[in-house]
Amino acid sequence: MARIIVVTSGKGGVGKTTTSASISTGLARRGHKTVVIDFDVGLRNLDLIMNCERRVVYDFVNVIQGEASLNQALIRDKRVETLYILPASQTREKEALTKEGVEKVINQLSETFDYIVCDSPAGIEHGALMALYYADEAIVVTNPEVSSVRDSDRILGILQSKSRRAEMNQDPVREHLLLTRYNPSRVEKGEMLSVADVEEILAIPLLGVIPESQVVLNASNQGTPVILEEQTDAGQAYDDAVARLLGEEREHRFMDSQKKGFFARMFKG
Amino acid sequence: MSFLDYFRSRKTGSASVAKERLQIIVAHERGKRDQPDYLPQLQQELLAVIRKYVQIDDDMVQVEVDRNEDCSVLELNVTLPERR
Repeated sequence: MARIIVVTSGKGGVGKTTTSASISTGLARRGHKTVVIDFDVGLRNLDLIMNCERRVVYDFVNVIQGEASLNQALIRDKRVETLYILPASQTREKEALTKEGVEKVINQLSETFDYIVCDSPAGIEHGALMALYYADEAIVVTNPEVSSVRDSDRILGILQSKSRRAEMNQDPVREHLLLTRYNPSRVEKGEMLSVADVEEILAIPLLGVIPESQVVLNASNQGTPVILEEQTDAGQAYDDAVARLLGEEREHRFMDSQKKGFFARMFKG
Repeated sequence: MSFLDYFRSRKTGSASVAKERLQIIVAHERGKRDQPDYLPQLQQELLAVIRKYVQIDDDMVQVEVDRNEDCSVLELNVTLPERR
């Protein structure tokens, strides 16, 4: 049985696809057979972030509608052996994702994969609901900013009422907070919500904090999941998050701005 | 934190405002989340009935459901206009 993880947020542009790419790559690099599914029908982008946009032949909707087999649609990642990508359709409307169709595909993937990562579209419409419906766990990607935090809370409410686990009265979806685009120096100046603030408001366990970094844009420009940029803070922060997802204890890093010397701290400003 | 920070005003940042606003709106929206779906319509219909007798504004009728362990209480608050 595969563990099904949805990467969701409500708000757009907070880093869902970046996170899906890095988390799935991280899981696969640790030897787990992993598939990442793009649920953003009509606005496919995971393929671009993972540098396989020119290898897409069939997509998720083709599989649901029986026009292609799962094996025909799955794209094998060129960097990590145990990683596969199931791209979204660029042409169909999002209603093409039926609950039964998605279930069929997920059940079939469940037979051979250890992890199924579902990259949710923004919003709380059909595509987003389908992405979270079958989830066992949810990574709620949040920026330290008012609209993102509010939308994350909204998505948490939906996870607690509209997921399969909620409808079937099973154990609830396990929720994880992933705070992205975090800028410690702005937090210290009192200009940005802190990790503690967001944790207090959303009241779910913290999976990781990804610092705001130029590296993320550079990685997406090149189609490299940022977790593979091992020498960078953002890459390491994602690696920590994957380790925690797998139950490892790791201290949170990159939450303070550059350490200052003793005198600088005493007389700063 | 250095001892000099003690003398520095900490209220310059906007983050504390953000946090306060979020706490209020999130608590409000969570309260609504657990409400039954029929509540808005119930509120509209109650408003219509009351308006047969007294002219009141939309926001003068508050309907809430309080859920306790073994029973739920429908709380209805109607503010009537001042008598002249």
